[in-house]
Amino acid sequence: MSIGKGSVASVSVSVGLATGIYGISFGALSVTAGFDIWQTMALSILMFSGGSQFAFVAVFATGGVSALPAAITSAWLVGIRNGFYALTLAPRIGPKGLMKVLAAQLTIDESTAVSASREIESEKRKGFWLTGLSVFVFWNLATVFGALLGGFLSDPKVFGLDAAAAAALFALVWPRIQQSTGALIAAVSIIGSTLLSLVLPSGFPVLVAAGFAVALGFWLERSKNE
Amino acid sequence: MNSWLAIVLGSIAVFSWKFLGYLLPARLLESRMLSKLAGFLTIALLSGLVGVQTFSGNGQLEFDARIPALLVAALLLRLKSPFIVIVIVAGATAALLRLAF
Repeated sequence: MSIGKGSVASVSVSVGLATGIYGISFGALSVTAGFDIWQTMALSILMFSGGSQFAFVAVFATGGVSALPAAITSAWLVGIRNGFYALTLAPRIGPKGLMKVLAAQLTIDESTAVSASREIESEKRKGFWLTGLSVFVFWNLATVFGALLGGFLSDPKVFGLDAAAAAALFALVWPRIQQSTGALIAAVSIIGSTLLSLVLPSGFPVLVAAGFAVALGFWLERSKNE
Repeated sequence: MNSWLAIVLGSIAVFSWKFLGYLLPARLLESRMLSKLAGFLTIALLSGLVGVQTFSGNGQLEFDARIPALLVAALLLRLKSPFIVIVIVAGATAALLRLAF
């Protein structure tokens, strides 16, 4: 994402708006995947991490209730990067007590990126909180709107929502596959999960293919360094 | 498992990483192995979902309007279009192709 110049407040709010608005696509996809509007809203409030939410809903869409354990596992593993954001943010933000819980919930791609883009210490803090809060507000509003829209569509194929879901996931991964190892991991995982979906129950093809692709990534990096 | 329970458990699971980062010492960041693992896992899982979401349906391979839609999405990504535009245009591409054929 490009982070424009300007005051920390205006950057934070515009990033919040731009990111938040795609909560519409999340809301619509979640409802057509089979969650009700309350469950969809709960996901945006409680899980609050786009990648994990799209993963959770996508796995549920393919396998229904029996795929829920795999949906939880996928969302959890997609969310691991937030832990690294939190590690980098902790010394800058330095939240105490209950504020730690709030800071943790707002620790996502965008709040981390805006905070990292500021030079002055106080702006790093302000950028984190303002971006986190504005993404949270806009994301949740957009989710409700999307869920209401999705409620009118009974079949995900109407308006190409199944293709829209694939495009959303692809757009999330795109900025991360601009170097060769990342691109190879992505390719192996796409092909692997597609083929495994012929033999494994829903949810597992993605987990197994991803595990294999990550192992391959490490192996490649190691042989590069030797 | 019931959907509500899964939503709560999944949310706790996602939160656990975020919270853990504020409790652990920052020197863990120096582990290149760990930060690589986080990056690789995100790429691999999201791509795996792209594969299943694009090429499969009802437990078999299905090649349909989703494939040209994804190609359009790739083109728009190269052109640095905003996320919401990519999602809408990809959906519209598939919908129009299904109407036409």
